[in-house]
Amino acid sequence: MPLVYCGACSHGPGITARADRADPAKRDALYTALRRMGDDIRATRPDALVVVAAEHFANFFMNNMPAFAIGMADFYEGPIEDEAFLKIRRTRVPGNKALSRRLIEQVMQTVDVAYAEEWKFDHGISVPLHFLTPGYDLPIIPANINCQGPPLAPLARAWAFGEALRAAADAVPERIALVATGGISHWPATPDSGKINEAWDREFLARWAANDRAALLSYSDAEIYRDGGQGGFEIRTFIAAAAAARGAKGTIEFCEPMPIFAVSCTVARMAVAA
Amino acid sequence: MSLYYVQKLIYELNRDPRTRARYAAERDAVLAEYELTAEERAALVAPDIGLLYVLGVNGQLLMHFAALHRIEWPDYLERMREGLRKHGPVREGVYAATGYEGVP
Ligand SMILES: [Fe+2]
Repeated sequence: MPLVYCGACSHGPGITARADRADPAKRDALYTALRRMGDDIRATRPDALVVVAAEHFANFFMNNMPAFAIGMADFYEGPIEDEAFLKIRRTRVPGNKALSRRLIEQVMQTVDVAYAEEWKFDHGISVPLHFLTPGYDLPIIPANINCQGPPLAPLARAWAFGEALRAAADAVPERIALVATGGISHWPATPDSGKINEAWDREFLARWAANDRAALLSYSDAEIYRDGGQGGFEIRTFIAAAAAARGAKGTIEFCEPMPIFAVSCTVARMAVAA
Repeated sequence: MSLYYVQKLIYELNRDPRTRARYAAERDAVLAEYELTAEERAALVAPDIGLLYVLGVNGQLLMHFAALHRIEWPDYLERMREGLRKHGPVREGVYAATGYEGVP
């Protein structure tokens, strides 16, 4: 089936961990937008949700770092973070090994993706799922783009990964939804945590909503690091989602810079025909 | 300079309860399994979060290492700032500071 849903959202751990330190009105508006995204995903009656994430050393380390990886298991577990810190209960999340395998075989036609039969979710997946599928009743297919340990795959390869995921989703009979998660500009876990380059974020999101491939791929990593911080490398996930939307345009449903959550909290959707 | 092994030890402490248990029971033996300079070893043992930050440890690893030592988030941020004052700018990696004052 053609991809039934394609979107992107933030995943900063502060969104849940530091909830009580945020402006309640802004926080609740973000939560509402994220929950609405979950409703929108469910409305497309998906059989599985591919989450294109950028993990933070939950599973992958510099001893053997895949540029791209996809989970291939019947269940996953997360979050790995301390439950009291993240304020999300650790749980087992359903997957679909057979479906993963068929998707991976398709993706491999164009992108040399690593597969993983074990996968622990960190906040990069657990925070979005906490709002999108709070009942953990939809099978999840985790995918990862290395955005932490340089050398990182070039943006054009993140695009190619998104295209490959789209071709794979279209090739299987199941109804596949896809959500990318990541920050735009941020300086996480550094003394600069809380700094946000709002203008840069809004420009990036404008390019994303226009699904302007050339503009999205025009950033160098040096520019991203300078203007968007080390957290900005996670735009690779948004770029993969734009590619997966295959020319469809996007809507920024929510975007609010929230320093206590360390990012411009974002919920966005591409108008793929469901 | 063996930042890779500093980060590897922290990664394994963060992710593996058995490594944590061994580190508590026989720290020197665990440390001996990693290629570390005297400075790195001392920074890990103290722990000197500020120096580890300046050495280039990725914040996504370092914040969990700090939490393991019961260092609260505001204190973690302050220790990194103190490290910059004491040891100068970050020497390696992509987790350098930019001089931002931070969130109150
Ligand atoms: Fe992240």
